[in-house]
Amino acid sequence: MKLSMANLIKVKIIMGVNMTRIGVYVCHCGGNISDTVDVEEVAQFASKLPDVVVVRSISHMCSESGQKAIIDDVREYKLDRVVVAACSPQFQGSTFEKALVKAGLNPSMVEMANIREQSAWPHYETPEEATEKAKVLTAMAVERIRRTKPVEREAIKIGKNVLVIGGGIAGIQASLDLANAGFNVFLVEEKPSIGGHMAQLSRTFPTEDCASCILSPKMADVADHPNIHLLTYTEILDISGSVGNFKVRLKQKPRYVDPSKCTACGECEKVCPVSVPDEFNLGMTKRKAIYLPSPTAVPHAHVIDENACLGIVPLRCGLCEQACEANAINYDDTPKYINLDIDTIIVATGFEIFDASKKPQYGYGRFQNVITALELERLIVEAAEGHFIRPIGKDIAFIQCVGSRDKQVGNLYCSRICCMYATKLASLLKRADPSRDVYIFYTDLRAYGKGFEEYYRRAQELGVKFIRGRPGELQEDPETKKVIVRVEDTLTRKIIEKKFDLVVLSVGLVPSKGTLKIAEMLKLPRSSDGFLKEAHPKFRPVDTPIEGVFVAGTAQGPKDIPDTVAQASAAAARAMAIMNRGELELSPIKAIVYEEKCDGCGECIEACPVDAIKLNGKARINAAICKGCGACISSCPRDAIDLKIFSNDEIMAEIEAAVKNKKEGEHRILIFADDMCTYTLADGVGTSKMKYPSDTFIIRVPSSSRITPKMMIKAFELGADAIFLGECEEAVSPYPGTLNVIKENVEKAREILKQAGISPERIQYDTFVTVMFPKFVKIANKLHEIAESEEISKEKRMRLREIEVVR
Amino acid sequence: MSYYHIEEEENELLAKVEEISGEIVTLCEQCGICTTSCPMADEMDFTPAGIMHAVKIGDKAVLDSKAIWICASCFTCTVRCPRGIDLAKVTEALRQIHLRKNKDHINLEEVKEEELEEDLPPIAIVSALRKFTG
Repeated sequence: MKLSMANLIKVKIIMGVNMTRIGVYVCHCGGNISDTVDVEEVAQFASKLPDVVVVRSISHMCSESGQKAIIDDVREYKLDRVVVAACSPQFQGSTFEKALVKAGLNPSMVEMANIREQSAWPHYETPEEATEKAKVLTAMAVERIRRTKPVEREAIKIGKNVLVIGGGIAGIQASLDLANAGFNVFLVEEKPSIGGHMAQLSRTFPTEDCASCILSPKMADVADHPNIHLLTYTEILDISGSVGNFKVRLKQKPRYVDPSKCTACGECEKVCPVSVPDEFNLGMTKRKAIYLPSPTAVPHAHVIDENACLGIVPLRCGLCEQACEANAINYDDTPKYINLDIDTIIVATGFEIFDASKKPQYGYGRFQNVITALELERLIVEAAEGHFIRPIGKDIAFIQCVGSRDKQVGNLYCSRICCMYATKLASLLKRADPSRDVYIFYTDLRAYGKGFEEYYRRAQELGVKFIRGRPGELQEDPETKKVIVRVEDTLTRKIIEKKFDLVVLSVGLVPSKGTLKIAEMLKLPRSSDGFLKEAHPKFRPVDTPIEGVFVAGTAQGPKDIPDTVAQASAAAARAMAIMNRGELELSPIKAIVYEEKCDGCGECIEACPVDAIKLNGKARINAAICKGCGACISSCPRDAIDLKIFSNDEIMAEIEAAVKNKKEGEHRILIFADDMCTYTLADGVGTSKMKYPSDTFIIRVPSSSRITPKMMIKAFELGADAIFLGECEEAVSPYPGTLNVIKENVEKAREILKQAGISPERIQYDTFVTVMFPKFVKIANKLHEIAESEEISKEKRMRLREIEVVR
Repeated sequence: MSYYHIEEEENELLAKVEEISGEIVTLCEQCGICTTSCPMADEMDFTPAGIMHAVKIGDKAVLDSKAIWICASCFTCTVRCPRGIDLAKVTEALRQIHLRKNKDHINLEEVKEEELEEDLPPIAIVSALRKFTG
């Protein structure tokens, strides 16, 4: 195709093949940019920048013809780098990366100058300022791309072995999905049977399906599936490595009963002389030292509780062995240690119920007629099978939010399932005996799910009484042992008092010990509620910040069965998406160690928030773990660490270009913006056409922790008037733990400013989420005021050069 | 049926109470745990949760309630509030609004011994004198 000459601003013929040859493309964006910014002026300006060979101004750069212009120019003029002055790189960055690949260049060789969101839009009322700023932004991009080195995208091999931790409904669902798709699943459960909490429940809300009836076929599928290696009664000793190469050490506890021989006939139980509380019934009934973990246990085999059994060491009893016709019992069983090579991990470690004795005012453990909702589940199941463990009575009260939404016990979150399980249990009790008087004492009733509101209504039709108010404390009638409930009906402001046969505490959910243990082992961050934190609360809800590790079910936060199953399938799909391709392309934004400079001091190891650095004579970075935040850079006393993209050279080139073009009386405020939050926020501010001073220049970085004190001081020396470091709020940050590094770096740089007689106020930092528009504008205005208030003298800037900046 | 029309000025009570107490009254979720934790609630014309609600909507009737003087400042409500609100401070703020008017309701010399022994709440005497001690 013949190149259109209409939009061609300049072609400079430079001979030689090893020269840097840059093409600059200035976009009109159909008026979005060109209505404010004088695009031709920017293009003319760009044509005078070093190494620029071709400049064009084009109506829509992102259109096919715009992309074609780049591809054709690369071929015709032997360009090796491209700058597109258009919109946000977050918006169209990947479009131009793909165009470069089509043109045969490395995708990292394109840089965008964001003259729409950062100039045309926020400065639409001052077109001249907008044009000037657009020029500087373009110069920054050109200077930066001159320092850019092509980065090869690394890929690692990845197999088909997945470890699922936890055999509750989340782990079961994820395992079945993965196994059906042809992956090798290792399902590890610490208890002798899979099934989790769901196996203990009576019925499920709002459909009132029998929980174990819908669960047990799935449990059986797990046991039968050729692709699932079921490892029950197994604990995880250690996990090391990274995605595609996790090394897992397991310890399988001895069952003392061979599950392949055991027929679960139960003859052994009859002769066993030892009785201990039955965990499955929460200690309300007894089981023997040899026992079937639950009626629907998988594997369906007995197990000997070695802490209760008389006969294991020394051999004192042996009655069960005599009774076992299948010869399944083996007192010499020993723990098995298993090593696995794993590619991806799904954490489905579930929850525990809140320990109700932590609210002593409700008398749990002291009053015989105060029980937890999970205990009531077991009572109802057992009663349906004709086992009456204890009387339930006629007058029954439920108390909501026990251990949830309660600052006094440190749990601010809503457990999400208690409103509906209380409604379900109350309905079941009322339906079984309509003469019962059933109350639910609540504060806010949350019937948010599909069919929940209708279910709530049905409970009200059945005559369950929902009273808005929670009791402060419970008392026991010393004679009848009935529980006296006094509660303020907050709708009428009357204090109600009533005696109940049974008070059921609707206990909330807390992270299980297994969740805490695995979190520590895998360095998985937890959110303020203590549950595992997802990589992004909206768009990566089942990913963890650790590559190749996914989360499913209540390990991530309280949720009901449908949500758990949906999340488990999602986690399985995410794991498949990585494993199915056979290789995983790693993000090119990675830290790199210059070996000739590194002296192996190891200071970077502590700075790394994800433990990606190991010392092996020199610092070595595991690219599969490194997330490319750059927090390690400032820790290195020998400048031996850098990022491959967003390198020190590139960022310094941007800083220099920003301040070099400063005219008399102008100021330069540099905002280093982390890509995920602050940069997105700045784009949002621009898109909303909210104004901020046009001397504000935003420099995109993966995390502001990669800006070292040295860089900040250099920026001031060269002419910056104020510096701001923006970072994601911890709760949404892809790089948890970088904030301390930023704080430290800022303090160091401020100290140096002070020494040079410059106000330390000129360096600031803060955290954002992407919607804090007014906060951003306020900060930009404040920095502008600081910059205007007093000029930094040349002498002071020179003084900075003399102060030795450590790191 | 009476209705309560919230005027702009009614928010003054909320602002004032929040300023004196340092507590965020609008955090109250009206669970009522304070009420049935309170040993004096049966004697009160406003329940503790009712006091919180009145402050939130700016109902100045709460300033004339007996409840704020019946409160014994035992802090049971404070240690049990699931929202972590210090209700004792809120009630104290309501008493302070009265006390800061520097109006004498009790002349100590005129208080008879029988009155002291019978129905004069001790907190009322303490409050009446407190303004002189700063």
